[in-house]
Amino acid sequence: MAESYRRNQWSHGLFILPYLAFFTVLLVFPLIWGMWLSLHKVDLFGPGRFVGLANYVRVFGDSVFLQALRNTLVFVAFSVPALVALGLFLALALNRTTRSTSFLRGLFFSSSVLSVTIVTLIWRFVFIPGDGLLPVIFEQLGMAPLNFLSTSGWSLFAVGVATVWWCLGLPMMLFLAALQQIPVDLYEAAALDNASPWRVLTRITLPSIARTIMLVTIIQIVMQFQLFGQAQLMTNGGPNGSSRPLVMYIYEVGFVRWDLGKGAAASQVLFLIILIAAMAQYVVSTRKTEAGE
Amino acid sequence: MTPDNTTYRPAALTANRTMLWLAGILSAVMMAPVAWLIGLSIKNNQELMLGTESVFRMPYTIANYLNILHSSQVFGWLVNSFIVACGQTLGVLVLSSLAGYAFARLHFPFRRTLFIIVLFGLAVPEQAVIIARHQMFNWFGLHNSYLGLMLPGMSSAFGVFLMTQFFRAIPKEIDEAALLDNASQFRIFWKIMLPLTLPAQATLGIFTFLHGWNDYWWPLISATKKEMFTLTVGIASSQTNFAQSEGLGFLAAQAVFASLPVLIVYLVFQRHIVTAVSGGAVK
Repeated sequence: MAESYRRNQWSHGLFILPYLAFFTVLLVFPLIWGMWLSLHKVDLFGPGRFVGLANYVRVFGDSVFLQALRNTLVFVAFSVPALVALGLFLALALNRTTRSTSFLRGLFFSSSVLSVTIVTLIWRFVFIPGDGLLPVIFEQLGMAPLNFLSTSGWSLFAVGVATVWWCLGLPMMLFLAALQQIPVDLYEAAALDNASPWRVLTRITLPSIARTIMLVTIIQIVMQFQLFGQAQLMTNGGPNGSSRPLVMYIYEVGFVRWDLGKGAAASQVLFLIILIAAMAQYVVSTRKTEAGE
Repeated sequence: MTPDNTTYRPAALTANRTMLWLAGILSAVMMAPVAWLIGLSIKNNQELMLGTESVFRMPYTIANYLNILHSSQVFGWLVNSFIVACGQTLGVLVLSSLAGYAFARLHFPFRRTLFIIVLFGLAVPEQAVIIARHQMFNWFGLHNSYLGLMLPGMSSAFGVFLMTQFFRAIPKEIDEAALLDNASQFRIFWKIMLPLTLPAQATLGIFTFLHGWNDYWWPLISATKKEMFTLTVGIASSQTNFAQSEGLGFLAAQAVFASLPVLIVYLVFQRHIVTAVSGGAVK
């Protein structure tokens, strides 16, 4: 009968062979090759010379790297909570099917389909000193205009505002999907008890989507750790490197100064951070299926 | 979905209404920069030079948009983006469908191990492999070529993951019946399974297209010749010298023009995009 279907067959593996070839050549090999590079002194010309962990020592001794790492951590620490809180709020507010809610949902997600180039262009038009929307508003209100993009402390914040504006759609949609899964009878029971909206929110809604909140937080941590385009295009990392993220450091070391070994070593640090977050995501999401079945 | 319908509860209604109002206000705040961009794009550049608050006054003009038509560069980049995004989409659909089908419905040695390894690929950020990848593409002379721009996107594990889920959702009875008719495994895939996943193909296809179209990181590194720029890198290169540019109005018009293709795709295929994005992340 369907025995041949069940049986292990090498020939069935042919279906995955094309993808596996791409996967190995374009992802697995560069990953391993990058680790090899990180242990060598390489530049554009000569072949590498083995230097052990010297590149890592150089990276962690580089104040520019440490600053970039700190910037990235600060950026993640304020952009992720903002994205999660705003996304959750919007999902709660728009969790009904009327014409206005579906319009607003579409609107809040629309920025996510734009490229980073367009997003940063839009926000530079907002922040640009003298001519931007904010300076014009400040001027109308009779306040001294602040140069957000070239003031230390504000530049990373400006990059964060543009990022939240750009990325808000995904957390909202993920929370909406989770809210739809909550059984309606829980709400009916609460209605019979005459529970206040706040009680319903804190006792039923939030506990029911706790796992999604965790998952969305991890997904956003992974995404925001990879910050690059917004910072490069809006502030170019400035002023004085105060908004330079980790990925921009890798880019500059690898492709501006062509110090490939050092760049590869810095990449491994990023990879390790993302890997830890991804493992956490895996643990949280598998726990979900176990509980669901 | 409408918990407030079960009983009439004024407190809940007020809370809901207040939140909806707040969301409405937030949407206005969110759209303000876009309105500002569109405003700039329909103003005369000389007038903007004297002060951008003139956006709030007449007269308006479409001259900036007409100027785009004379700038052949933007069209070249548009074509490049289109070629790269289409090629990538086609590649991802073929590779992911084949692999997803096998992972979901066939049995072969090391299937589980391989699937876990591929899943692990989801955790590898593009940025972490960039230096080695750049060097590899250098060896093969693939930089500044369409193929070179397309290839990295095709290794993404996301499509395989998504297609595996879609193929799993098809009832087992369908291909078991076909096996009784002695159809070959590839025939079953091609004639029976693939047509059933057309909506999934659309979802993954649109998602991949958008992703390829919007990619900034790889084209920035791989395409160094101006004529091989994609739209994202091209627009970025023309905005670096903000002050000495052709004018704020022209830049704004360029941004509006460049975002039209994706916005149209989004308006038409909104549901597919949302499915891909939320399905891939949570399940």
